[in-house]
Amino acid sequence: MKQLMNLKVNNIAHQVEIDTRRTLLEVLREHIGLMGTKKGCDEGDCGACTVLLDGKPVNSCLVLAVEAQGKAITTIEGLSVNGKLDPIQVAFVENGAFQCGFCTPGIVMAAKGLLNEKPHPTEDEAKRAIAGNLCRCTGYLRFVEGIIKASQVGG
Amino acid sequence: MIFIRRLPPFDYVAPKTLKEAGSVLVKHKDEASLMAGGTDLMPKMKKREVVPKYLVSLKNIPGLAYIKEDKEGIKIGPMTTIHDVEVSSVIAKKVPILRDTSYVFASAQIRNLATVVGNLCSSAPSADMASPLLALGAVLSISGSKKARTIPLNEFFTGPFTNCLELGELVSEIQIPSQAPRTGGVYIKHTIRNAMDHALVGVAVVITVDKNNICNDVKIALGACAPTPVRATAAEDILKGNKLSEATIEKAAKTAVKASKPRSDPEYKKEMVQVLTGRALKRAIQLAK
Repeated sequence: MKQLMNLKVNNIAHQVEIDTRRTLLEVLREHIGLMGTKKGCDEGDCGACTVLLDGKPVNSCLVLAVEAQGKAITTIEGLSVNGKLDPIQVAFVENGAFQCGFCTPGIVMAAKGLLNEKPHPTEDEAKRAIAGNLCRCTGYLRFVEGIIKASQVGG
Repeated sequence: MIFIRRLPPFDYVAPKTLKEAGSVLVKHKDEASLMAGGTDLMPKMKKREVVPKYLVSLKNIPGLAYIKEDKEGIKIGPMTTIHDVEVSSVIAKKVPILRDTSYVFASAQIRNLATVVGNLCSSAPSADMASPLLALGAVLSISGSKKARTIPLNEFFTGPFTNCLELGELVSEIQIPSQAPRTGGVYIKHTIRNAMDHALVGVAVVITVDKNNICNDVKIALGACAPTPVRATAAEDILKGNKLSEATIEKAAKTAVKASKPRSDPEYKKEMVQVLTGRALKRAIQLAK
């Protein structure tokens, strides 16, 4: 059944008429055109679809778009402000943290969710924060280092 | 082969109260599924294991995500997420075993959506919140379209992935009784990987130790070792009222194995129950002091 939905994504209000069975992930990519969030496993195991809902990381593949209304949705596209990269993004670039990049938006958003809650995490907390994100390429080390580096910048 | 597909079509129903939700469930019977956090139901729907005609969402009912403390103990609402438990100062102070359990629960992303009540209602033998809540002596409030009732968590699970909820009923609150002073609680989740795994074996211990090292009370609960999460009552009886020593702890750990009836890997799981019950008891006794 289709329904009119109001979704606030990266501070921009979108009004879309969508079937209630569409997940937030599908609506972000296929209706709003934000392709940064990726569909990996589509069942909440890989974290590639991670976005922030009111600052908290969630698997957008497990959220019905209709239920994301009334919340602030932040995707990877919404992290940089006026072209200025978030400290997490800077740290990941400078640290050579990613290879193919497919997992990376999800890991960046998971990291952002962590720093929103714990601005100065321990290494264990950083590892725990990305425990729900799979990466086939890198071995995760530089992501963890990058998170600690970003937290030291005051980001 | 299991395929993950886009969600099947359904009528999205957004009741405004729990009573209304119960009525919708009664009206549509087995064509309706209740959804709280969605972390169990959404993957099931994508795999076509559950295909409800009516998806009844609890997300539109305000005021259901709470953690309250009163003189009887702690009350947890039906939409309280695992993350809510993780960061709650009440939980950290009064029943830190639940905070520790949330640390090993799935991932940060799942914890922000999944609910404690939802985890219990999945009634998986390995459900992480089940054994710690059993060890705390939790009681469930059940309401909906039928007469409200309460039931000890001990009597809630009826088999693998099944519980005693009848059509139109839902769990509306978890009540945790106040814990005595000098009580320590530990949940050990034995897994293959460091995160995101179901428990291979789960052991929860809540123990009260007096100044003379006598066990005043103890509850031991096992997860993923039987068709349902279970209490190891024979092991508890060995400890209750007795002085704690290396020997009694070992004896209790060995006896805890009797409560396990693993549905898979029985030899391995039984051995792990013994090892982990001993470990959990020792750690919980330390915390109690």
